[in-house]
Amino acid sequence: MSRSSVFDLLGPIMVGPSSSHTAGAVRLGLMARKILGEAPVGGTIRLHGSFAKTGKGHGTNLALIAGLLGMRPDDERIPAADKMAKEQGLNYMFVSADLGDFHPNTVQFELIGEAGAHAQIVGSSIGGGTIVIREINGYKVEVRGHYPTLVILHQDLPGLVAQVTLLLANAQTNIARMMVSREKRGAQALMVLETDELVEEAVLVLMRSLPKIYQVLAIEPLE
Amino acid sequence: MRAYEDWVIEAEARGLKISEVVYQYEMESSQQSEQVLFQRMLNNLEVMRESVASGLSGERRSISGLVGGDAAKVEARRKTGESLLGEPISGVIARALAVAEVNACMGKIVAAPTAGSCGVIPAVLLTVEEILKVSDQELILALFTSAGLGMIISERANVSGAEGGCQAEIGSATAMAAAAAVELAGGTPRQTADAAAIALKSMLGLVCDPVAGLVEVPCVKRNATGATIAMAAAEMALSGVKSAIPIDEVIDAMGDIGNQMPCALKETAQGGLAVTPTGRRIQADFL
Repeated sequence: MSRSSVFDLLGPIMVGPSSSHTAGAVRLGLMARKILGEAPVGGTIRLHGSFAKTGKGHGTNLALIAGLLGMRPDDERIPAADKMAKEQGLNYMFVSADLGDFHPNTVQFELIGEAGAHAQIVGSSIGGGTIVIREINGYKVEVRGHYPTLVILHQDLPGLVAQVTLLLANAQTNIARMMVSREKRGAQALMVLETDELVEEAVLVLMRSLPKIYQVLAIEPLE
Repeated sequence: MRAYEDWVIEAEARGLKISEVVYQYEMESSQQSEQVLFQRMLNNLEVMRESVASGLSGERRSISGLVGGDAAKVEARRKTGESLLGEPISGVIARALAVAEVNACMGKIVAAPTAGSCGVIPAVLLTVEEILKVSDQELILALFTSAGLGMIISERANVSGAEGGCQAEIGSATAMAAAAAVELAGGTPRQTADAAAIALKSMLGLVCDPVAGLVEVPCVKRNATGATIAMAAAEMALSGVKSAIPIDEVIDAMGDIGNQMPCALKETAQGGLAVTPTGRRIQADFL
């Protein structure tokens, strides 16, 4: 896997022992929390492949919980994540599972938030602490957390993509990557847009008020 | 595909150090200023220093209980003045063990290039600092040199035990440390390449066979032996010893060898030390 920055080789600053099974796991938990959009209070966490085996020795389980609690990979409280989860009212359960054709370090989160939000997220830790989110609420995506990301649930109708991108264009926000997908023609669909700049709240408000736009999640980049 | 040789040629042509070529590359590709990049590398250096100090205190134990306290033992003997290797090399060993122990105990470290090999570069650079009394600025530059070599290794081969065995992690860290040590000690860009090649050649074929799948045995102690090899390679290069095989070819050979390694010896805990009678017993006790 090639790295484009010298800081991929000298870094990250992290809590050990493993970049893929500890630091990567924290980042997956953190992304799951961001996608849920609020603090999680309940979760079932399914571990696939070598993630299921390294839980104890590499602190993978502690790291996943730490990420769900909002900690970053260099937070020295990670080894105490299970105690902190009790204090903060996060209930969780770990299950070993075969999630299918995914990377050997993959996890599925099923989360309930403190204000009632629900989310299902599948993500993989692909090496050196890098992660990729593969599924959000059943839709296939490829979100790496490098850029501010918009995840928009909408009706599959002509013109909606254009309306969303027009709002971004008017705000001078450049789109770095974009993906659209749908359950089936005319049903629900998902837009994932990665932008160069953070999308302003005012733009998000306008987006949410567009007809046939059901949900707009704005995810800040990791670090 | 890029080569470390490209950087040596550019550095020699422009009268620069490798580190200067590397951070100029990073400025262009990241669009960040010199000050920002230096601050980021200084943050890394500070965490490296803290992890050495924390590990030398010897108070931590890993989850399995297998790791902790060895850095303190080596440091204690070093302080008596009776070490066979003399203070500098014992210092390299103690520091490498210290950082690797902190990692195994879920403490904070800098992955360099990985968490499992995090002890090698700090041990070498902070010991050269002790010997030569170099400045933070020079240490930061040396870190850019090591990172630059690491980037070439990750492009031509890989830096992960699961793909290339321990030669890709401790081996890469050792080569990165050797190159950086040479620059820190006033060596030429060409000499950094020779040191890196000599170091990596000494690590070819090293497998990833972690006992119980943890990052403890033999990982922690390999940080110490890797750091020692880095010092030896640097010393040879600074003396004018040249590597018969150039660094980029050694890197490619490392990648090749990694591809030929069976999965049982690539971070699956299914071969080597992991399946010795003691290794199996440790695994059974732990899991």
